[in-house]
Parts: sequence; C-alpha cells; structure tokens
Amino acid sequence: MTAGQETRLAWPQVSFQDLMATVEFRVGQRAHISVDSQVCRSCTTKDCVTACPADLFAPTSDGGILFNYEECFECGTCYQVCNSEGAITWTYPDGGNGVVFRHG
Amino acid sequence: MPADLLDAIVVGAGPAGAAAALELARAGRSVVLLERGPFPGSKNVYGGVVYGRVLDEVIPRWWEQVPVQRWVVRRSTMVLTASQSLSVDFRTQAWGTAPYNGMTVYRSDFDNWLAGHAVAAGAELVTSTVASGLLRDERGTVVGVRTDRPDGELRARAVIACDGVNSFLAKEAGLLPRVAAAHHTLGVKEVLELPAEVIEERFGLGPHQGIDIEMLGATGGIPGGGFLYTNSDTVSVGVVVSLPGLAKAKVRPEQLVADLKAHPAIAPYLRGSSVKEYSAHLIPEGGYDAMPKLAIDGMVIAGDAAGLCLAAGIWLEGVNFAIGSGLAAGRAVARAVAAGDTSARGLAGYRRDLESGFVLADHKRLRGAPRLVLNERIQQRYPGLICDLAEGVFTVTNPRPKPGLLRLAAGSARRNRVRIGELVRDGLAGARVFR
Repeated sequence: MTAGQETRLAWPQVSFQDLMATVEFRVGQRAHISVDSQVCRSCTTKDCVTACPADLFAPTSDGGILFNYEECFECGTCYQVCNSEGAITWTYPDGGNGVVFRHG
Repeated sequence: MPADLLDAIVVGAGPAGAAAALELARAGRSVVLLERGPFPGSKNVYGGVVYGRVLDEVIPRWWEQVPVQRWVVRRSTMVLTASQSLSVDFRTQAWGTAPYNGMTVYRSDFDNWLAGHAVAAGAELVTSTVASGLLRDERGTVVGVRTDRPDGELRARAVIACDGVNSFLAKEAGLLPRVAAAHHTLGVKEVLELPAEVIEERFGLGPHQGIDIEMLGATGGIPGGGFLYTNSDTVSVGVVVSLPGLAKAKVRPEQLVADLKAHPAIAPYLRGSSVKEYSAHLIPEGGYDAMPKLAIDGMVIAGDAAGLCLAAGIWLEGVNFAIGSGLAAGRAVARAVAAGDTSARGLAGYRRDLESGFVLADHKRLRGAPRLVLNERIQQRYPGLICDLAEGVFTVTNPRPKPGLLRLAAGSARRNRVRIGELVRDGLAGARVFR
C-alpha cells in the first residue's frame, strides 16, 4: 500500500441516502404499515422516529407522524418500540414485495 | 397450490422451515413450504457464523456443497472503549478443514440451498406468498392457513410456523405477545466490499479462511454488542442493540454502525472499502424464560418464531438453533400425522425432543445469560475497567518503578466506578450462568 492510500479517509463518507440505495426493494401498491397520526399526537417519546433503521418515520409540525412504507426492512422495530397500543398497524408486504436482501 | 388436504404446511423457508419441510418430505409426508419473499433467505439477516454440526446427520458431507463464504478459523472477542481495545484472539487449523466448525454465508445463498434440499426430498416450495392468518375449526384447532393468493386457503393436518421473529401466526394463536421490546434486539449491518487478497492480508487469513470478531463496549453505552466477520470479498460489520436501550438513547442505528466503523481498532480493517448492502433485522433474545408454548392443537412453532436464538454473550447462535428446532418439529409432526393425532397432545413429542437435544438443553442451562450480559455494569463499566487495567499493565512508567497489579486494578476500578463487591457478585453470577 502506498503512502497516499494510507493517509486517505478510512472509507468514503456515505450519506444515509446512499446507504439505503444499496438495498433492493420491490415496492408494492399496498402500504403494509399504517400509522394513526391521531394517536401519535399524544405520544411524547416518538421512539419510532429515531429507532427505525430505515428512517421511515418523520414527525410533522402538528405533532403527528408521517410514514413512508416503500423502503422498509420489515424488521418490526417501530411497532415494538411504539408506546401507544394501536398507533402502528403492521403487516407484511404482499408476497414477493418488499425488501430483498442479497448479502444478509 | 394443492387443493386436497396436506399432511403439513410449513410457513417460512428460512433454516427452521426448510429443515422441518426436509424431515417431513423424507418421512414421505405431503408438505408445502411457504415463503413470503421471492426466494428463501431474501428477508433474512444474521450476525456472523453458521455452525454446521447440526447438519451432519441430515446432509452427509454438507460442507462439500454448502454455499460458504469463508470457514471461520479465528474467533476474537474484543472489549472496546472510545480509544482502547483489548482482544482475546483464538485461532485453530482444525476449524479450517472438514468437518469444519463455523462458516460465514450470505443468507440468500444458504437458506436457498437448504430449502433446495427440502424440495429435492419432495416438499413443494411456494415463494412470494404470505401466510396471512390461521384457519381454525370450531374447536380452535389449527387446520391450515390463509394466504394472500387468489386461491388462498391451504388445509393440512398440521401447521409449522417458522415465520420468524415477528411471527404473526404465533401472535394470532396467542403464543406470543404482540409486543415485547425487552426481549428483542435490533441488528444493523453494513456489508463492505474489499478484494479477497486484502481481506486475507489484513486479518491474517489464508484463502477460504475467515474471522469472526464479537465486541463488547462497541454500542455507545446501549446494551448490546458489535460484530465483524469476513466473507469472500466483503466484510460484514454491525451492531446488535437492545430495543428499549436504543429507543431511550435516541441515537440513529446507522450512526452506531458508522461510529463502530470509525473506531481506531476497527477503521484500519475497513480502509478503502465501499458499502455493498445495508440491512437490519430483529433478534429474539429473551432466552428460555421468555420462550412461548411450542405446540397447540394443529400447530407447532420453531426457529426465531419460538424465540430460539441463543444470546449468551460468549455464544451467539441462531441459525443452528433454527435448524435444530425445525428438524425436531418436522420429525414430531411426521410422527403425529402417522399416529393420526396432531392435537397438542399428539405433538408434545416436539418439546420433549428439544429438551433432550441441544436446543432447549442449551437454552435451559444458559437461561440467566441474557439478563447477565445486558446488565449495565458489564455493558458500560467493565469494558473501561478491563481496558484501563491493560493500559496500566503495559504502559512502562520508567523512570518510576512499576506500580504493581493490585494498585493498578484498584485505580482502574475507581476510575470506572466499579465496586469490588459488585465485581465479585457478577463474577459469581457469571460462574453460575456459564457453569
């Protein structure tokens, strides 16, 4: 290894967007997860927002939660950390849809 | 899909489901193996090593055909603080030759391969199909599953739910609570591309040889651990963290992996690599005491659905427990079908077999481990204690004379807020758990 290689960054800084772009998703028509923003408004912790590894939950200005199902790992973190029974309705995507891990 | 009554439906073509279907097919039973992904393994993520001994009697000389990445010949345990690391590094040539000990794999290859054996034995694999619910008769006995296919319902004498950590079938049957955050961890992983020669040079490996590193103190104070393992031309690195701990810390999971990658003890291994895939998955880590009932009328559960991951600190195993439980489930259901009794009573042999084999024997023996290894002292204070002590021992203080081990240990304990009484108590607890 040359000296030039030694001094460069350990790895290129990867944006979260680039990280997510490495994952294959077969996006179905049906949203397999739905969020009852009405319930979320009374939630003080909103743990789903930070815990979701795909960063799919975004707080809205009126205290609700905006959710995007398309790039979901189907891991279940969101409903497990949710402290409001029933705020997150979780099913699997239809057969063949959703995340496809190649190197899991 | 078949319209007549099947002997068994296996839901989920991961290692548990494939093993169950394989045993049923070999016993001459009609079995459909449902997989919601486009191919077996497409939804699955693991954290390091598949131990193949459980396959010896099922697929003789499996190592000659398994889609392996590398054979693990080095096993390291690393204790980290922000600026220090101490490793216990073991290697043996024995693990690098048949019959081998552990291997790294890609689950898309491995799960597909194992399911292929079930198909070769006569199981019918149906992919891209979700089992969306249970069919039950008026007495509550499970008699089949509803699927998301137009011709949707499948009936069988028994259902084996191997539908993973979120098992909606086990939840529907009332075997698992809907939510149990304290019994789950989140694994987050990056697979990083590096040329095979570079991997072999950096980790001191020969061709086809691999390393598995497990880390304590690598998760920013959140209960859990880090891992790094080598594949043929990628390195997989990531963390496993407790769900309540992650939620409380308000840290993004990908940030934990980024921090680990930037650690001075890890970064040099990864220099120049590029990300090939990012992934995440839940792990059931509740152990024996959180385990659900395994059989009801018409149904048994296996693998992650039954919470059978072993998270015992020095032993972190899942795929082998999935295979072991799947094999036992397949055999028990085959016996029950042959005897004409697939009630919970007729299926009770499943649990007995697991108790007498490694699956529940290991879990029972190590039932105290999940609580112990996730305790705050082991997670947050002991890594500093150990690393500080090592730094004290190996730092040469000339011209001052050496301070002596006792004084170093006392100073290190004080700096890391460790009380000797607690240390002794945890040591004894550890001895009890791992006896």
